[in-house]
Amino acid sequence: MIQSLEPVLKGHPFFAEMPEKHLEFITGCAKNVAFPELHTIFHEGDPANEFYFIREGLVSVELLVPNRGATTVQTVAEGEILGWSWVSPPYRWHFGARTLQRTRALVFDAKCLRTKCEEDHDLGYELLSRFVNVISARLDATRLQLLDIYGRND
Amino acid sequence: MGAMIETEIAEHRVSEPMIPELFRIERLKRETEDTFTLELVPVEETTKISFLPGQFNMLYVFGVGEVAISISSGPAETSRLEHTTRRVGVVTKAMGMLKPGDTIGVRGPYGTHWPVTEENGRDFVVVAGGIGLAPLRPVLYHLMAQRERYRNIVLLYGARSPEEILYKRELERWRGKFDLEVQVTVDRGASGWRGNVGVVTPLIARAPFNPSNTVALVCGPEIMMRFAAMELQKRGVPAERTYLSMERNMKCAVGHCGHCQFGPTFVCKDGPVFRLDRIAPIFGKGEI
Amino acid sequence: MSPRAPARNAYVLLAPPQIELLIQSLLRRGYEVIGPTIRDGAILYDHVSSLAALPQGWTDEQEGGKYRLKRRADDALFGYNVGPHAWKKFLFPALTCLWKAQRTNGHFQILSEERKPPKLAFLGMRACELHAIEIQDKVFLQGPYADPIYKSRRAGIFVVAVNCAQAGGTCFCDSMGTGPKVASGYDLSLTEVLQGGQHFLLAQVGTKAGAQILAEIPTQPAGETEIAAANAVVEETARHMGRSLNTNSLKELLYRNTESPRWDAVVGRCLSCANCTTVCPTCFCSTVEDLTDLTGQQAERIRKWDSCFTTDFSYIHGGSVRATPRSKFRQWMMHKLAYWIDQFGTSGCVGCGRCITWCPVGIDITEEAWAIRDSESSVSNMA
Repeated sequence: MIQSLEPVLKGHPFFAEMPEKHLEFITGCAKNVAFPELHTIFHEGDPANEFYFIREGLVSVELLVPNRGATTVQTVAEGEILGWSWVSPPYRWHFGARTLQRTRALVFDAKCLRTKCEEDHDLGYELLSRFVNVISARLDATRLQLLDIYGRND
Repeated sequence: MGAMIETEIAEHRVSEPMIPELFRIERLKRETEDTFTLELVPVEETTKISFLPGQFNMLYVFGVGEVAISISSGPAETSRLEHTTRRVGVVTKAMGMLKPGDTIGVRGPYGTHWPVTEENGRDFVVVAGGIGLAPLRPVLYHLMAQRERYRNIVLLYGARSPEEILYKRELERWRGKFDLEVQVTVDRGASGWRGNVGVVTPLIARAPFNPSNTVALVCGPEIMMRFAAMELQKRGVPAERTYLSMERNMKCAVGHCGHCQFGPTFVCKDGPVFRLDRIAPIFGKGEI
Repeated sequence: MSPRAPARNAYVLLAPPQIELLIQSLLRRGYEVIGPTIRDGAILYDHVSSLAALPQGWTDEQEGGKYRLKRRADDALFGYNVGPHAWKKFLFPALTCLWKAQRTNGHFQILSEERKPPKLAFLGMRACELHAIEIQDKVFLQGPYADPIYKSRRAGIFVVAVNCAQAGGTCFCDSMGTGPKVASGYDLSLTEVLQGGQHFLLAQVGTKAGAQILAEIPTQPAGETEIAAANAVVEETARHMGRSLNTNSLKELLYRNTESPRWDAVVGRCLSCANCTTVCPTCFCSTVEDLTDLTGQQAERIRKWDSCFTTDFSYIHGGSVRATPRSKFRQWMMHKLAYWIDQFGTSGCVGCGRCITWCPVGIDITEEAWAIRDSESSVSNMA
């Protein structure tokens, strides 16, 4: 069952050109998971010990804003990575995540990966350099959102 | 940077280019809180409506002034013109207060158009930001009217918030078609919104089109077009097949007043639709 | 008295007082004669009805940010260069009504008015200015739309050109290939010679219309010596230009240097006063104003000269694309020397030097171009 996930990962740009042995190990830390719609995947502040690769569906990344409730700041869709709080201490989610549609994903055991990355810096580099790309793309998108480019200029 | 003007220019438009033709407002439809669409019919029956998608008119409000607004109706619609605009300045605010039956001046159509005539068999990716959807609507009508000529058609549309989505009913209708991919996202969500939240540019990375066979049409705020062009390029759509619609201050629209200059180009006659590789040296450069 | 009109390109001699006959001949034919005349401490172009209005015996001293009139030791009729006026003000008026409209309730009509362009004769046009008109012809007459106002005024003009007998302090027509000798586009050309006690004007016929006007004046045919003397005067002028501009690949040079630190050098000096664009004979930017009367039922659309230096020139979406003096100066200079070539096939500059003379702080387009060119060679020298 776990072996059949490798082609799924291999086909995706995020894992492209990752050396075989690292890909194998990472696949070993992955599991299929499915969520119904409007399901909370994790809460803000929860321990961040996994990350997700969304295979189908739509997830809302949200913050609890006083008097406004859970406010979606971005959505993560099919083919995108959800979650990088597992990378840096204190390893707690900075945001909450809730599905907006029925969602299928791969969940990766980040706790296990963190330990392995400490031992094997090559694996660490392969994984973290890819996460840097994800974070930088999100930062670009967030900055554009901040600029409120469709807003009125007066 | 040759112009792609294919519309016939009526003789009187050429000899007196600054005198408007008269049109009557048939309808003024409120699209969002600050955006409205004018439906115009000619006052004289002999006035012909003929334009290509991407072109614009100069609309004149009596005693107030003129403003350049893209035509947003379908090119096959020859009995009336539609223009969608925001109320942002003196002229558009005055325009928004006009009533059905009022007369409005129209000069045009001017400018270059979206490429559709030689692009049979291509995938089309249309990326629209905010009111940028309005100048793209005519080309979407055209693509759908001649659907069999093209392969995949994708529309990626980013609006500020769910309340500011333009042409909502039409978008819903388009989304229901099996041969058209429509993805809508908003910069900020609202309670009850269960769709994408985030800027439109990340949608480009995963949209269903074949980059080596794609023509990309992009329209929106300049910074959005810059990032969209980057994403398209990252995905392998060449600059020679990416088209943008630029905007600059316009007073005459016929290449005489000098206001719309963008580097060596005049946006009124070398644009507003530009092929990206032709403006690459000046696009995104500050204060050019 | 020659009863037949001289042939095209024929040379004849005129005595200075005969310019009066030339002016009268033009006036008789219904022309408004525009020529150089002194007013407000400068030599301007305005209606003249006799030779007495011309600045005979005067010259101008021009430098960056400086213009002074001075008396000459002789009686030269055209012994000066160009002042703050360009002939464009007569073909492309600074203020003009485009049309009027009348409103009744929600409906309005455009009132059609027949255009009655004046018949203009330009007396004293220099070579650089003739080139400037040809450059503006490309702007206003070429392309899918022609400007009907420019077209109707331009159609009937009569040009008496003058070959410059001295170069101005800020002139560089030689560098731009636009003078000092007039090449074409004139009905008559004049070269004034003051030598060895003699004072005459060598006239050359450019067109049949020019020949017909000349036929009404008693003239002598010109001899080889007079023609040689006139040519020598113009050749001498070409050797004494006040400025120079290296136009070799100037367009490419400027395109490469849009971010040159040299543009920052004008910040703090340029006042965005728009003098340069006002006096430039090729600048063509304009704006429109829509006005109503007090009742609000009559509207008119006015066209006025505009300048890329004005704050709102590039205003869009709540701000100006070019808001800083640096970007506005760069736009003006790059348009004039680089973009213009891509737009219209020639440089936009004719080397008349007006922008240098009339800049209150003496910013010099030739100096800026040299500095940018030098900045490239000094970088490569450092390698």
